[in-house]
Amino acid sequence: MKEDKIKLMEVCGTHTMAIARAGIKKLLPSEIELISGPGCPVCVTSQADIDRAIEISRIDNVIITTFGDMMRVPGTKTSFEDMKRDGADIRVVYSPLDALTISEDNPQKRVVFMGVGFETTSPTVAATIIEARKRGLRNFFVLSNFKVLFPALEALAGSSKLKVDGFICPGHVSVVTGTIPYAKIASHYKKPCVITGFDEIDIVKGIKRLVEQIKSHRCTTEIEYRRAVTEDGNIEARRVLDSVFDVKDSHWRGLGMIKESGLKLKNKYRQFDAEKEFKVKLPKAILPKGCICGEVLQGIKGPRDCKLFGKVCTPRKPVGPCMVSSEGTCAAYYRYGE
Amino acid sequence: MIGIDKNITLAYGNGGRLMHELIDMLRSKFSNKILNELSDAAEFKVNSTRLAFSTDSFVVKPLFFPGGDIGKLAVCGTVNDISMKGATPLFISLAFIIEEGLEFSILERITSSIKQSAAKAGVLVVTGDVKVVEKGAADKIFINTAGIGVIKKYSLGTKAKPDDVIIINGPIAEHGMAILNARENLGFLSTIKSDCRNLNFEVKRCLKASKNISVMRDPTRGGLATSLNEIAYSSNLGIEVYEKSIPVRANVRKLCDVLGFDPMYVANEGKFICFVKEKDAMKVKHAIGKGTRIIGKVTSSHKGEVYLKTQIGASRILPMLEADQLPRIC
Repeated sequence: MKEDKIKLMEVCGTHTMAIARAGIKKLLPSEIELISGPGCPVCVTSQADIDRAIEISRIDNVIITTFGDMMRVPGTKTSFEDMKRDGADIRVVYSPLDALTISEDNPQKRVVFMGVGFETTSPTVAATIIEARKRGLRNFFVLSNFKVLFPALEALAGSSKLKVDGFICPGHVSVVTGTIPYAKIASHYKKPCVITGFDEIDIVKGIKRLVEQIKSHRCTTEIEYRRAVTEDGNIEARRVLDSVFDVKDSHWRGLGMIKESGLKLKNKYRQFDAEKEFKVKLPKAILPKGCICGEVLQGIKGPRDCKLFGKVCTPRKPVGPCMVSSEGTCAAYYRYGE
Repeated sequence: MIGIDKNITLAYGNGGRLMHELIDMLRSKFSNKILNELSDAAEFKVNSTRLAFSTDSFVVKPLFFPGGDIGKLAVCGTVNDISMKGATPLFISLAFIIEEGLEFSILERITSSIKQSAAKAGVLVVTGDVKVVEKGAADKIFINTAGIGVIKKYSLGTKAKPDDVIIINGPIAEHGMAILNARENLGFLSTIKSDCRNLNFEVKRCLKASKNISVMRDPTRGGLATSLNEIAYSSNLGIEVYEKSIPVRANVRKLCDVLGFDPMYVANEGKFICFVKEKDAMKVKHAIGKGTRIIGKVTSSHKGEVYLKTQIGASRILPMLEADQLPRIC
């Protein structure tokens, strides 16, 4: 008798990469299917938000600071990498605090930090903004494209197109958020959630616990990453985050506009808001023809369903963002031959 | 012009697929039997003596880093390239391109290091050159070295043999991560040191221990994965390596994890892989000494490709580096 397939979504891009790197899919029983979710911050950033950052980089005496992942992401017309080659001052930083140092070293220039990321990243940027105020910096700005994970997760849990049986939940995000935001996913949408770490053993154990929940018809949130995650999460990080940012509606590539799924600077920190400081004219955002990143991010299609995959779209010349980021689903499939 | 690119980007220098395309474009221009071998050093005969000849340029930033400096690197780089041919390095040349403004004290530190490294490797600096260029035309100092060695026992090629065993002389990714940590001021209080050192004496011991070594390669730019792919490709054979046998120090692995780097693609400057007939593997392993590991074998299946047996026992492709590794967000 053929068993029903169990469809699990790994929400986080770092999980997608780790699963591919360890070859976990090849060892799983055939009835368990893993699909990749929207948890790559670079990938879900909308085309318009990327275009805005690129337009700002064209302005004289502006230094853009960004995490490395963003460099090759194609906007409608060009990318940071191409802009840099053509002379724009774009610098890869490893910590948002590095951008403050650059601001101090270049008082005659305006320094913009390209803020992309989930709850793992945004508290550190909030702390950076508080520090910028403390240091009295007037030439430091943040372009806030931060995303809040849970509204998107709810959208996926409630999606009629995507029928997921459970979520492999992100360890890093959960270090900050704790388990409380998962409660609705488990109880209202009846989707088991297991938070897990990034070693292959963590992931395999996480999958096992999800399957156990599904087989016994339970829907709860479990932690398989106790060495880092607690129920309460990092209360201090959330306090810092909430003191600097408010939620806003935000556009996700593939998922569209999701209510209260983004972050904007609070009014009292508006002097650091790059969107307010730089009024730029955006090109009409055109998504690359043939690219199915949007559907890949929703888990409806896989990279190999894309006609461009591995032919026109490669990590070197990516057409869509999922091929760029070290957490992108297409990059993982390309690199590890999934 | 290569493919769709009109300009040379940094990716053409990172040791990955693009660099190989660029090298091949240049090679075809000067095509000849010796060059076309594309080994770390050229091999040819003068009268009855077989020689190995190699050159390398050094542009490392910062000039001084934990475990080494540009001077030490300039000696070891060329010494090791000659050694990978199975030759004993004897003489090296030394050329500087100096940006105006460089402090004499820095030049002094670099030349002292060169002197020390050359003495350690047993090579003589026998010719040289100095150029000074205006500010901005170079970055402080660039060094080129070339070297000549004599092939005494037998020369090593670029092709592995079916069923060869692959040996590595120690943990990988140390040079690349030490440089990255020093260059980017990451602020990690790290104990990672570059593995930069001369390999000629270790190679000599290997050649003495076995007559059945087919290839040696020092996995510098592009890391271990790139060297394995080069050899699989040039031999038209498959390679299988075992993740759990590939040594990576805990501190290097952690820094790689934090930045989202794969140690398999990070540069080494004091490591070599040795392809040897299985029956001599233990002899070679002992000849090299502590820290040496057998990491894989050559197969007749999946020709031209490298497969990695992962920690949990799955098998997946280990491709050539496609584009520069970029530090990740989270």
